[in-house]
Amino acid sequence: MTLSDRIVRWRYRYVPDHLLGEILTKRWVDNAIPLLILLAVIAVFGSLIPDFFSAASISNLARQWGEFGLIVLALTIVMVAGGIDLSVGSTFALGNIVALALMNVAGWPVPAVVAGTLACGAAVGLVNGLLVGYLRLRAFLTTLVTLIIVRAVVDMLLLRYAVAIAAAFPDSDFWFFFGEGFVAGVPFSVVVTVGVAIVLHLVLSRTRAGWHVLAVGGSRRSSHNVGIPVRRVICATYVASGTLAALAGVLFASRLGAAGADIGIGLEIAALTAAVLGGNSLGGGRGSAAKAVIGSVTVMIMVNSLVRLGVTSGANSLLLGMVLLAAVMIDVRWLKNRYKFLSKVYVSPTYSDLPPAPGTDGASPYALNDRLRPVEAIGLDRIDGPEDVILDEEDHIYAGNRTGDIVRFLAPDYERQEIFAHVGGRPLGMAFARDGSLLVCIGGMGLYRVGRDRRIEKLTDETNRSWFSVIDDSRLRLADDLDIAPDGRVFFSEATVRYEMHEWPVDCLESRGNGRIICYDPRSGSTHTVLKNLVFPNGICMTHDGQSFLFAETWACRISRYWFDGAKKGTVEPVIPDLPGYPDNINRASDGTYWLALVGIRTPSLDLALRMPGFRRRMARRVAPDEWLYPNINTGCIVRFDESGRVIETLWDRSGDNHPMITSMREHRGYLYIGGILNNRVGRLKLDGADPAWTAQASYWGRT
Amino acid sequence: MRIFGRVSQEQIVFGLAVLLCIGFAVSLPGFLTASNVLNLVRSVSILGILGVAMGLVVIGRGIDLSLVALMAVSVAWMLNLVGSGMPLPQALAVGLAFSLLVGAVNGWFVAYAEVPAIFATLAMGTLIYGFGRYFLFALDVAYIPDAAKPLLWLGQGTLLGVPVPIYVFAAVCIAGYLFLRYARSGRYLRAVGDNLAAARITGVPVRPIIVLQYLLSSMIGFLAGIVTAASVASMNTRLALSTYVYDVILVVVLGGIGLSGGKGGIRNVVVGTLLIGVLLNGMTIMDIQYTVQNVIKGVLLLTAIVIDTIVNPRDEQTAQQGDI
Repeated sequence: MTLSDRIVRWRYRYVPDHLLGEILTKRWVDNAIPLLILLAVIAVFGSLIPDFFSAASISNLARQWGEFGLIVLALTIVMVAGGIDLSVGSTFALGNIVALALMNVAGWPVPAVVAGTLACGAAVGLVNGLLVGYLRLRAFLTTLVTLIIVRAVVDMLLLRYAVAIAAAFPDSDFWFFFGEGFVAGVPFSVVVTVGVAIVLHLVLSRTRAGWHVLAVGGSRRSSHNVGIPVRRVICATYVASGTLAALAGVLFASRLGAAGADIGIGLEIAALTAAVLGGNSLGGGRGSAAKAVIGSVTVMIMVNSLVRLGVTSGANSLLLGMVLLAAVMIDVRWLKNRYKFLSKVYVSPTYSDLPPAPGTDGASPYALNDRLRPVEAIGLDRIDGPEDVILDEEDHIYAGNRTGDIVRFLAPDYERQEIFAHVGGRPLGMAFARDGSLLVCIGGMGLYRVGRDRRIEKLTDETNRSWFSVIDDSRLRLADDLDIAPDGRVFFSEATVRYEMHEWPVDCLESRGNGRIICYDPRSGSTHTVLKNLVFPNGICMTHDGQSFLFAETWACRISRYWFDGAKKGTVEPVIPDLPGYPDNINRASDGTYWLALVGIRTPSLDLALRMPGFRRRMARRVAPDEWLYPNINTGCIVRFDESGRVIETLWDRSGDNHPMITSMREHRGYLYIGGILNNRVGRLKLDGADPAWTAQASYWGRT
Repeated sequence: MRIFGRVSQEQIVFGLAVLLCIGFAVSLPGFLTASNVLNLVRSVSILGILGVAMGLVVIGRGIDLSLVALMAVSVAWMLNLVGSGMPLPQALAVGLAFSLLVGAVNGWFVAYAEVPAIFATLAMGTLIYGFGRYFLFALDVAYIPDAAKPLLWLGQGTLLGVPVPIYVFAAVCIAGYLFLRYARSGRYLRAVGDNLAAARITGVPVRPIIVLQYLLSSMIGFLAGIVTAASVASMNTRLALSTYVYDVILVVVLGGIGLSGGKGGIRNVVVGTLLIGVLLNGMTIMDIQYTVQNVIKGVLLLTAIVIDTIVNPRDEQTAQQGDI
C-alpha cells in the first residue's frame, strides 16, 4: 500500500464525513443557527456593557422580555399557520389602555380586569380571524389595516381617559404583583411567558389542534383536501394571538401604569424580526415556541443594549431593519436550498479496499458454466420481485413481492397462486419457526410473524439506540434476512441505517459499515443489537452446531461466522474473505454445506472507485443519481461452500437470459428454488445427487 | 355578480367619488368653490404622485413599503447638503442617486434574493429611517435653506392660476401612462406582474424588470418628496414612521389595481386619488377628529381589500404557499 493510499485510508477512518449530512436531516439544526446568533449577541454586548450580567440588570431585562416574548409567541402562532399578524403592537397598546381604564377608572376587581382585557384582545383577533380566515383576505395587508384602526381607537381612548388614568391610583397589591412581583426569585412576567411557551410547545407538538395548525401552515391546500377545517384553524390562531398580545398589555399596564401615545409603536417590526430570527418561517409550516423564545431573547438583548449604550434612536431601527432583512433572506435561501444541499452532502463515501477478486476462468472454483440453463420458471410474469423464497412441509412456495404481499404457490404443480398474507412494506428474508409460523423481515417495517392461521403480528421494529449516533438508529429501516437459533432467538440483519429500502444500492457508494445484526428474543420480547458497523449485512444462516451463524456482508464481498453461544461466544471469524461478487442470502444445503447467492459480480471499475472516496463524493455531488457508478446487481450466480470456506461448486447462467438475477435460493426435496429481487418469476432447478427427502424444516427442527 | 361583471371597480369608485362630491357640495357650504376644488386637488397631488410610484410596483406584483421613508430621508438629506453649502443641482443629483441606490437594493432583495417584497421593503423602510437618523442628519425636521428656495416654486407656485403640484401630478401620470403603454419595459412590467413564470418562459428578463420597478418607484418618490418639501418649506422625517404609506396603498387598491398584479393602470390611481381627496377634504371641512379620520380611512381600505378579494377570489385550491 502506498503512502498516499494510507493517508487517504486514515483520513476517511477518522474524519466522520457522514455526520454533516445526518446533522442536516435533524429538525433541530433549524434552531442551531439562531442559538449561535443568540450566544454571539450575548458575548458581544456582555463584553461591551459593564454590569451586563449583574442580577439587577438581568432581572430588569427578563421582566421586559416577559412582555415582549408573549408578543413574539402570539406572532409565532399565526406565522406557523401561514399567516402574519402585524396588529400585535396595537393590540398590546389596546390591552394596556383597556386594563388601565378598567382598573383605575372603572374600578373593576383584578380578575375581571384581566378577563375583560383578554376579551378585548380576543375580539381584535376575532376580527382579524374572520377577515383572513373566513373571507380569505391577505393577512399582511389586513392586519396592517387593523393595526391602523386599533391604533386610532387607542388614540381615541387616550384622549378620553388619559387624565383620569393618571389621576387615579389603584390600591391592590394583587394588581401590582403582575408587574413587579417575583415567583421564587423570577419576575412574574417571565413565569407567565415561559408557561405560555411550554403550553404552546406541547400544543404544537403533541395535540391534534397543534398538528392542524402546522398542517395548514405547511400546505393550506392539502390540509383543506384532507378535511381539516382550514378557515376555522386560521381564525383560531388570530384569536389566540390577539389574546396573548392583550395579556402582554396587562403585564405592561401593571408594571408602568402609564398610558402614553407611543406605547407599542413599531413593536410589530421588532416582534417580526424576533420571530424570523428565531427560525420561524414566513409562509408557515415551520416554527415552534423554542424558536420564538430564542429570537425574542436575541432581539430583546440587542434593542435593550443599544439603549444602554446610549446610541440615538435611529441606530435602533437601523439595526432592526438590517437584522430583519438578513434574517428573512437567510430564511428564504435556507428553506429553498436546504434539501438541495442535503442531497448533495448526504452521500459520504469512505475508503474501502477489497481484496483482489478471484478469477472466473478455467481452474477457478468460480469458473463460468451454464448449469442454470435448465431452470424452469414458476409463476412467470405473475409475481413481482420475490427477494426470498421458502417452502413449507407441504411443498407450497412462499415468496414476498414488491407490493407488500406474501404470495403462496400451491403444490404440486405451482400453477395456482394465492395471497397468503398482505403484510405491507417490502417483504425480504423469511424463515419458518419451530411451530410452523413464518417469520419475515420487512424492509421499512421490521420483523413480523405470520401464523399458520395467517394472523400477522409485529415482533419488533426497534432496537436499542446507539449512544453517539446522530441519526436515530433505534427504528429499523431495512431489516433484510433472518435465521432462527435452536432456542428460538431470531437473528436478523439490518442492511443499513442510513438509507431507505428503495435507495439500497446507494449504500454501496459509501461502503461504510452502516449495517448491523440484531437479535430478537421471543422469551423476553426484547431486541438488542449484536454486531454493529457491518458493511451491508445481508444473508444469515445458522450453522449446524447451534452456536453460531454465517453472515454475508454484501459490499465487503465476504462471509463471516459469529458465535453467539459456546466457548467462542462473541467472536467473529472470516469464512470467505474474497468473493468475486456481492453475496446475498445464505441457506443450508442437504449435505451439510451452504448455498450462497451472489447478487452481482464485482467490476474492476467499481473496485477501483471504492479505493477513491473523493472520486465517489464528487460523483454524488455533481452527477445526476441516474448516472452514478452503481454496483452490478443484474448478473450473479449461486455458490456452494462449506464451513471452512472452501468453494465446492458454482452455478452460472452464462447466456444471461434465463436466470441471471439471483438474491436467494432454497433447497427442498432435491430441487433448488431461486428468487431474485428484480425477477418476475421463481426459478426451479433439479439438483443431481441431492437427497430427495431433505427439507430445511427437518434440518432445523428435526421433523419431516 | 353580473353587476360586478360589467361594472369595474374603477367605475364604482369613480361613481362613489362623484356621489360624495355631490353630497358634500349639497351639504357643505364652500365645498364646490373653485378655490376649494383646486385646493383639494393640490392637497392630494402628492398622494397621487406617490400613488403612481406605488401603482407601478403593484402592477408588477410587488409592493413598496419603504416608499415614504425613502422619500423623507433622501429629501431631508438633500436639503441638509444644500444647507451645508453644496450647490443645489449637485445636491439634487446626490439625493436622487441615493434614492436610486436604495431602490436598486430593494429590487435586488426582491428579485435576486427572492425575499417577499412586503418584507424586504418593510425592513428597508425601518432600516433607511434608522440610517438617516444615525448617519445623515441630527434633527427630525429639515428646513429648506435659502440656496434651495428655487424649489419652493414646485410646491407653492402657480401657473395660469393652477398650482404647480397639479402639473407635476399630471406630468407624472402622463409619463407613467406612456411608459406602461408604449415602452417595451413597461409592457414587460405588466407581463411580469400578470404571470411571472410565463413571462420568464417567454424570455422576459424578469429579474431586471423587478429591479426596474423599484428604481422607478424610488425615483418618483424622490420627486414627490421634493414637492412635499416645497409645499411646506420643510421635510419632516417623522413621516417615515407614520401610516402615510398605507394611504398610498389605499389609493392604489381603492382605484382598482389588484394586489395580485398585472391589472389596472394609471387611470385607476387618478380615480383612487380623487376619492381619497374628496373624502379627506370633506372630513376636514366637517372638522372630524384626526383619529376618527384614521378609523374611517382604515375601514375604507379594509372594504377595498374585501372587494378586491371578492372580485379576484383566492381559496384553498388557488392560494399559493407563502403568499401572505
